[in-house]
Amino acid sequence: MGRIIDATGIQFRMLNTRKGPAVQAPRAQADKQGYRLRMKSVVENQPGLMVQQGTVRKLLIRDRKIFGVETDLGYRYGGDAVIVTTGTFLKGLIHVGLSRFPGGRAGEPPAVELSDNLRSLGFIIGRLKTGTPPRLHGASIDFKDLVLQKGDPDPHPFSFSTKTIQREQVPCHITYTTPRTHEIITKNLDRSPLYSGRIRGVGPRYCPSIEDKVVRFPDKERHQVFLEPEGLDTEEIYANGISTSLPFDVQKELVQSIPGLSHARIMRPGYAVEYDYVSPLQLFPSLETKIISGLYHAGQINGTSGYEEAAAQGLIAGINAVQAIQGRSPLVLDRSEAYIGVLVDDLVTRGTEEPYRMFTSRAEYRLLLRHDNADLRLREKGYRIGLVSEEEYEAFQEKKERIGRELGRLRKTFVFPIADVNEVLEAEQSAPLRNKTSLFHLIKRPELDYAKLAPLDPTRPKLNRGIRSICEIEAKYDGFIQRQTAQVKRYREMEGIRIPEGIDYGMIQGLSREVVEKLERIRPASIGQAGRISGVTPAAISILLIFLKNRRSRIG
Amino acid sequence: MTANLSDQDTICSISTPPGQGGIGIVRVSGSQALSLARKVFVDGSGRRLKSGRGYTIRYGKIIDPETRAVVDEVLLTVMRAPKTYTREDVVEINCHSGVVIVRRIMELMVSLGARPAEPGEFTKRAFLNGRIDLAQAEAVMSLIAAKSDTALRIAMQQLGGELSLRMKGLKEKLLHLLAEVEVSIDFSEEDCHPIGSAILEKRVREILDDLGGLIETGRQGKFIEEGLVTAIIGKTNVGKSSLLNRLLMEDRAIVTPFPGTTRDVIESTVNIEGIPFRFLDTAGFRYSEDPVEKEGIRRSRNSIEKADLVLMLFDLSSRPNEEDRKIARLARGKEVVLIFNKKDLVDDEKREKEFYNELIEEIRPKATVSTCLLHENGVVKLKSVLSGLVFQGGSGFNESVVVTRTRHLHALEEARKALNRVMQHSQEGMSEEFLSLDLREALDAVGRITGETVSEDILNEIFRSFCIGK
Ligand SMILES: Cc1cc2nc3c(=O)[nH]c(=O)nc-3n(C[C@H](O)[C@H](O)[C@H](O)COP(=O)(O)OP(=O)(O)OC[C@H]3O[C@@H](n4cnc5c(N)ncnc54)[C@H](O)[C@@H]3O)c2cc1C
Ligand SMILES: Nc1nc2c(ncn2[C@@H]2O[C@H](COP(=O)(O)OP(=O)(O)OP(=O)(O)O)[C@@H](O)[C@H]2O)c(=O)[nH]1
Ligand SMILES: [Mg+2]
Repeated sequence: MGRIIDATGIQFRMLNTRKGPAVQAPRAQADKQGYRLRMKSVVENQPGLMVQQGTVRKLLIRDRKIFGVETDLGYRYGGDAVIVTTGTFLKGLIHVGLSRFPGGRAGEPPAVELSDNLRSLGFIIGRLKTGTPPRLHGASIDFKDLVLQKGDPDPHPFSFSTKTIQREQVPCHITYTTPRTHEIITKNLDRSPLYSGRIRGVGPRYCPSIEDKVVRFPDKERHQVFLEPEGLDTEEIYANGISTSLPFDVQKELVQSIPGLSHARIMRPGYAVEYDYVSPLQLFPSLETKIISGLYHAGQINGTSGYEEAAAQGLIAGINAVQAIQGRSPLVLDRSEAYIGVLVDDLVTRGTEEPYRMFTSRAEYRLLLRHDNADLRLREKGYRIGLVSEEEYEAFQEKKERIGRELGRLRKTFVFPIADVNEVLEAEQSAPLRNKTSLFHLIKRPELDYAKLAPLDPTRPKLNRGIRSICEIEAKYDGFIQRQTAQVKRYREMEGIRIPEGIDYGMIQGLSREVVEKLERIRPASIGQAGRISGVTPAAISILLIFLKNRRSRIG
Repeated sequence: MTANLSDQDTICSISTPPGQGGIGIVRVSGSQALSLARKVFVDGSGRRLKSGRGYTIRYGKIIDPETRAVVDEVLLTVMRAPKTYTREDVVEINCHSGVVIVRRIMELMVSLGARPAEPGEFTKRAFLNGRIDLAQAEAVMSLIAAKSDTALRIAMQQLGGELSLRMKGLKEKLLHLLAEVEVSIDFSEEDCHPIGSAILEKRVREILDDLGGLIETGRQGKFIEEGLVTAIIGKTNVGKSSLLNRLLMEDRAIVTPFPGTTRDVIESTVNIEGIPFRFLDTAGFRYSEDPVEKEGIRRSRNSIEKADLVLMLFDLSSRPNEEDRKIARLARGKEVVLIFNKKDLVDDEKREKEFYNELIEEIRPKATVSTCLLHENGVVKLKSVLSGLVFQGGSGFNESVVVTRTRHLHALEEARKALNRVMQHSQEGMSEEFLSLDLREALDAVGRITGETVSEDILNEIFRSFCIGK
């Protein structure tokens, strides 16, 4: 996916460049058709993959184990593992104003039978809601007075394998709603399916409709609207920021009350969609369902929202389906290894009541989960399960070795408090040295960095940008990284104490009924996971530890 | 709340042998136990502790390493692993000067790096390290459950009123600040204004001031002055006001031969073995039409509600009846001590038994004392029962009065340290995610007192306070 967005992205921007490396994040805007077609072709040409299309209405189950699916035409496809990724399609219901019609996305029919089928198998079904903004015709927009937002001049690719971004880059524009917009919205709330009680699904708080924003934050005078091109070969513009389910005529009026859009034509109206999701508490961390063996759920069906969230789960479910078929143990990433680990653990441990989106603040070990070290964190694992080629792996090994060598060198290379050195430091407005100091230590000074130390470091090897930057980060934030590493060690200890399957929590003395109920429902795999379940107290954890110890001694 | 479970920490707590209120023991267990003791102890001839072997007892002084002030004269017992209760190195510091000094020694150990033990943690370690046999395991589990429940309940109760408000305010301020910091990380595309280091530092300074105030309050023992709320209840004329006066050793409440003398709650604090008890003398229970007396009886009921401990009086010269059971029922779920008064009128064990059997169906008293308050008989016994209850491991008061407070203080100190780091890093120009790390630590520490988790709270606060979302 990284490679395909690198090939089809039309605007790349690194977010948070003002801040440290741990929270900088690459963002790309896709050419939506371009991305889709390129990905389709990759999938179709993937050796060993057979692509078939059809609407699944039923899962084929025998003895709580899946053996295939059945389509609405009655065709059956066999398989030892099935991954369900229905997005917003399960009983999808689209709202525009007070009219509503069944649909997974605008213009596509929903999956109704499959939802009932899942329910009858014992899955707990909930209802969520999400929305989209109207799509505008670019030629009808007056961009002249709007704020221009360009991509980065030197775009940072997503994939470690991409050298440079080739595709033509386009700018976005920013405009703002006006008091008039808010007036239009307020006046028409009675025709909003959200505010007239027609929509029951829970929407995401981080991605509210414009109606919601105006109602919940009445003091805010204006809201940002990003005008984003949908692709290079289309005039369509995505009006990001005014997601709405108001009636078409109101949408038109509200769009035209926004500077630059006074003559804008809506090509497709915005809408809200309500859909079924399946409680992720019914999943193992492998994303296999707890009640049907061989069945996996991934993506929006698990209550998430967003491309990355869906992609992360698709990857994990895909890997684990194959691992299971090959009789190998599942790949589970933990919270200190990857955002994927945070995402999956949050879902299967705490569940979600609103569409779940990843935020860096959800990660305890954020300073370790950086995009610059993604390969250092995960390539090894990828290689072991056969997702990384020998070639790539060798290159990676070499990179790792270089980093190790360079960090070692920085620690062992000292500079001394002599005039030459202090002159260089002074030029950077850095305090003169009093004692001999390692380069590693010197990099930590806020006003210095790896590049600035070059004059003091004549023997430094030639290294590429990635390696230089990771060495700089490791040295500069050494203290913080060590603190987080110590936290991770504690965390891993607790993760390492496994809770055997099938224990009867009701039998454990001293646990409150509420705690027993939660533990029974979620059946955590480790003491660490148990501790993250809401309502499970430290005292309950102590009791569990003692119980486990007791049990082990009895068995052993 | 991140459960503080690491078995590598060195832990300490206060324990006191039952019935010996005057002696307090600070017990330290873990790999650092000896090195901590070395830092504070010098023996009779002014020597520091050497690497003691096996089991030794020494006489000497505890000295605050920072101020060099002598805290107390003590007996120091060193027990080397593995032949100890927890199978870790254990040091016990015995001192004879009452709770306040014991508490100071405990705080000293904490400031040097020991962690206040969670309820039942010594026993837990003993078990995990294989010291306790399997048959005892279940007992340990219910003990932990019971202890942490009482400890938390009482802790929150005692935090009550102003203190708890201040704690809540502190948490809210921290949470809001963290939300401001986080919003600029996760939602940097939104047009929310980043908080900026000047404002951030101002806010941190404000919170540090609040914290400092709270820590001072804790240090001066204001927590402890609130005392254990102890309600004196019973029918009219059984001798409740006489008991209060005897405990206070002064004529505080009016005593007359007429039933229904006390109408309002009379409150007075008495120190017993260094522990403050807040006694509430109440209006006696009986049926009454008098609106003043009815209000008094309602207040008696309230007093039971808020009490940590209930002293329930009976008149041995009467026979037990349904009324007595009703009164007992009011105190269900409380720690109760039964007092059989007017022993001078009927000194008969059978009568006591009769009462006891009648009441036992309603409550499980912690202790029974018979008295003659007319002649100050049994008061000394009662006092020692009361202090014993507090010091005994089993009652849960132990943690509530002393240790919980030390744990609170410890948590507040941790929060303060974390916030000082926030200040420092902000002044060094570090960006938000680094500040967030320590803000979270501060919030976690406060969360350990209020018993709340924070991770979801942060997002909730962000979504509540900021209009987020394209
Ligand atoms: C207009 C719009 C804009 C968005 N913009 C963004 C954005 O900028 N950033 C972002 O992160 N997220 C965005 N999202 C959200 C994101 O698209 C989804 O969260 C994500 O695609 C979910 O992935 P998924 O694989 O779970 O489901 P989907 O991508 O919805 O895919 C579900 C697929 O399953 C098929 N299907 C359903 N039921 C059946 C069945 N019974 N049988 C066979 N096939 C079936 C459907 O045909 C569909 O192809 C946007 C969504 C929309 C609608
Ligand atoms: N003989 C005898 N009389 C006692 C004893 N203790 C208290 N009295 C007497 O009992 C009477 C009532 O005592 P109080 O202390 O006023 O009783 P009370 O429970 O406070 O009564 P109310 O306030 O009316 O509910 C007084 O006359 C006391 O002197 C005792 O041990 N023996
Ligand atoms: Mg009285």
